[in-house]
Amino acid sequence: MAIKTEPITINLGPQHPSTHGVFRLRVTFDGEEILDVEPVFGYLHRGTEKLAESRSYVQVVTLTDRLDYVASMSNNLAYVRAVEKLAGIEVPERAMYLRVIAAELQRIASHMMATGFLLNDMGAFATPLMYCFRERERILDMFEMLCGARITLSYMRPGGVFQDAPDDFWAALDTFLADEPGYIGELESLITGNEVVLARTRGVGVLSDEQAVADSVTGPMLRAAGVKWDIRKADPYEVYDRLDFDVPIGASGDTFDRYLVRIQEMRESLRIIRQCVERIPEGPVRPDLPYNLRPPEGDAYAAVEGPKGELGFYLVSDRSIAPYRCKIRAPSFINLTPLKKMVVGWKMSDLIVIFGSIDVVLGEVDR
Amino acid sequence: MGRWIVSLDFHSIYEFFAAGPVFGWDIPGWLAFGLTSFVLALLVINALMISTALYTWFERRTLGRFQVRLGPNRWGPFGILQPIADAIKLITKEDTIPDEADRPAFTIAPVLLMVPMLLVVAVIPLGKDSFLGRLNIGVLFIVGVTSVSTIAIFVGGWASGNRYAMLGSMRGVAMLISYEVPMALAIAGVLLLVGPSLPAGSEGFADVSSLALSKIVESQVLPFLLVTPLAFLVFAAAATAEMSRTPFDQIEAESELGSGYHTEYSGAKFAVFQLAEFMAPIVTAVIITTLFLGGTRGFDPVPGQAWFALKVFAVVFLLLWVRATWPRLRIDQIMGFAWKGLFALSIFNLFLVAVEIEVFRGVGGELSVDTLWIMAAINWPVTLVSIGVLSLLARGRHSRRPEPTPSPLADMYAEAD
Amino acid sequence: MYGLGLLKGLTVTMWNMVSPGRQFTLHQYPDRRVGLFGLAKHANTNVFAYLFRRPGMAVKSLVGLATLEDRMPQHPRFRGEEFAWYEERCTGCASCAKYCPLGIIKIVTHPSGEAMQEGEKYAIDVFDIDIGRCMFCGLCVEACPYDAIHMGSGFEEGRYERRELVIDVDRLRRAPKRPSAWFRPQLEAKGYRPLDGEEISWRDVGRHATPDAAELEERWARR
Repeated sequence: MAIKTEPITINLGPQHPSTHGVFRLRVTFDGEEILDVEPVFGYLHRGTEKLAESRSYVQVVTLTDRLDYVASMSNNLAYVRAVEKLAGIEVPERAMYLRVIAAELQRIASHMMATGFLLNDMGAFATPLMYCFRERERILDMFEMLCGARITLSYMRPGGVFQDAPDDFWAALDTFLADEPGYIGELESLITGNEVVLARTRGVGVLSDEQAVADSVTGPMLRAAGVKWDIRKADPYEVYDRLDFDVPIGASGDTFDRYLVRIQEMRESLRIIRQCVERIPEGPVRPDLPYNLRPPEGDAYAAVEGPKGELGFYLVSDRSIAPYRCKIRAPSFINLTPLKKMVVGWKMSDLIVIFGSIDVVLGEVDR
Repeated sequence: MGRWIVSLDFHSIYEFFAAGPVFGWDIPGWLAFGLTSFVLALLVINALMISTALYTWFERRTLGRFQVRLGPNRWGPFGILQPIADAIKLITKEDTIPDEADRPAFTIAPVLLMVPMLLVVAVIPLGKDSFLGRLNIGVLFIVGVTSVSTIAIFVGGWASGNRYAMLGSMRGVAMLISYEVPMALAIAGVLLLVGPSLPAGSEGFADVSSLALSKIVESQVLPFLLVTPLAFLVFAAAATAEMSRTPFDQIEAESELGSGYHTEYSGAKFAVFQLAEFMAPIVTAVIITTLFLGGTRGFDPVPGQAWFALKVFAVVFLLLWVRATWPRLRIDQIMGFAWKGLFALSIFNLFLVAVEIEVFRGVGGELSVDTLWIMAAINWPVTLVSIGVLSLLARGRHSRRPEPTPSPLADMYAEAD
Repeated sequence: MYGLGLLKGLTVTMWNMVSPGRQFTLHQYPDRRVGLFGLAKHANTNVFAYLFRRPGMAVKSLVGLATLEDRMPQHPRFRGEEFAWYEERCTGCASCAKYCPLGIIKIVTHPSGEAMQEGEKYAIDVFDIDIGRCMFCGLCVEACPYDAIHMGSGFEEGRYERRELVIDVDRLRRAPKRPSAWFRPQLEAKGYRPLDGEEISWRDVGRHATPDAAELEERWARR
């Protein structure tokens, strides 16, 4: 006698410990196996793009802090680069180096958070998460020295950075650079060889390179699929063309590769920062610009390699003090595209881990 | 008077009440029975409650140290009054029952989960005997009683009328039933050793009732952890799964299911669930101590109870250490681990021990201490080798990570330009 | 493989637990539980001298009940509440209100007849900052042409009602003048720390030297 069964539908979220914010997945299960996934988002929609149309160019910097709120520096950088391209502003050398240092520190902080929460989603009882947060905390302390805030930084301004770094920042950065490789190594020995982690991540949620490119996935997810694509190399901005660093790639595009690529990128970021600290020149950090910019009519798109992927701002100017249109290419949002293809057929626990390995921030997904 | 309660077990307390007037009162037999039961229940429940309260504090502090934070340190010396604050908070909270819930089942589930834990402690020999006296089927009692918690988890999850809870309890039933098999087989390996290794001439040697826990303790001249490490490992893994802690905590899986079968519980009912959950490691540690670490045996100046507490503490710390470190397995991997890993290992262990006893036992069927040492010397390498072989078999297809090769798709951008 | 990775993980967590250098990345606030060594260190003595001098506190610390008042470690650049507002410099031009991205500063003025160096000074009737919505971006400080408003260092403004979060002009007048070193490099050069509680006058805070006439004219032309 056949037992009559039927699939059940479960709403994961919007209130759920592992959706990294207010995200909702309407999942259809056959027992534990996933038949269908339908992401529902917009719970954190604040209308950033529309709000930007009524803010002056400098004021929009504060809005970009709140997109990807674990990587504000990268958002600031992408936005001010778009404004500079639009208004044709020359950036002082020292400011460019400071920006690169800040953005790479932010990348480490963001990857730390991604790794920690991936392990937390996997069920490690918050221990790796706390180790990751310990490192992130040091970076946030350095950000406080730079600009007086820890999360919503508003550090960069069109034309440079807001203010030069204080002396104690350089001292803190030196100790950080000296300690951090050891801590990353320790994190790796806690996670990378762990058989439970391997069992949970190897071969789980494989994203092939064709699929990744077809869904315009960027960032560590794309590189884990084996596509050696990094805007810092492909279209160098700031001073990245003068720096020596590698682009780590993964072998098979599974969850484990995505984790491993992030760990390796942290090491590369440390390398970049070390070179920047050696080479940074003296000089001004901000040109004397009027408070309200009035860029010439036209449009500009500038993208940076954020921690989550290609973060781009498209700005249209009509010679007023506010952008006429601001479009944000949010990597978290676009990286969610292949979610369904990655999770269908896997178990519920895998859904959580795969979703965690994509590393989305809902502030950016919903904007 | 001249009469004292000589030890805290059923017989001595009953005799104290029944043998004659107590404070000038003559007590009839049925009342003595009732009084004895009451005193025992009071003892067991309070002993376990207080140790659980202390354990919650210990667990939170230690986890805090593992996670480079502090843990509760505000209430009382080093935060030791934190469990009281927790209890007050949970009891004063609103006790909600969802509309969809099956009310009687919803209410009874926490109690169902709690009672087996208390019953287990009643039969553990803390001194010479256990609270219930010399129960001659102690191990059987433990195995039987602990499996009731499966029903409790299913009742709680199903009665909640919540899909998370339902999923959690379904996982729970599948998992707990599977892990009882290797657990029982690991215990069987120990029981084989009990009879022959009892000191010759001791009370129980002639009529071997090796199921009695006091016999098991008595026979551990050498702790069974040393003699059969494989049984210990299998039992420890299965017991970790039974109490659903990492790496086997798929029943709760707070990052997936909210909190599994007790998602819908709040207030006092949740407090009872929580209490039962924190009791589980203590109970497990108590069982492991009795079966593998020699229970109250120790070196002389220190009393046996102190040795017992020390061993329990060590086991609890070990379980906590594991919990603080490892992530959890997926449900199918957990089931696979039970049936393909632990089941095979426990069967293998059973054969190994049986063959060794057959080979090594003396004329009267007894095993001397020297033979136990020889068995230990054989079993340790065999354990390591068998685990190695098993993990080699389990390696599967994702054993070797291929070298990363850059995909040709990366050049598309350059061409498009 | 073979479970060695699991054991390696266990050693890492154990090392983090016992190694004193890895402990307690959290900062307890507003008071800190300390042991005997912490107390002695706080009193700048060694443990034995402390035992002799304050036996009561020493016993308390041994049972884990001794606490020390403590503040969060903050950099002088920290952008926070307790805006330092120099009324003698404020002309009521409302630049801050205009440049606030959220529009949470409300200013009502009337002519005072008193002349300042860069135009007429208005008397302030209302100067409300709604810190319930403030995101402490500091753009108002950047925008103020007279350097009259500065960020502070406070962050403990929890209130039970939203309207209590509005800082009015009286509170601004009463507030201690301890500006954050954010956007004021000369304060950093002097090693000024707002947390030490020292109030400073506007003379030390102002961004610019007093501009001469030509500079003034040029600046106005650019605006």
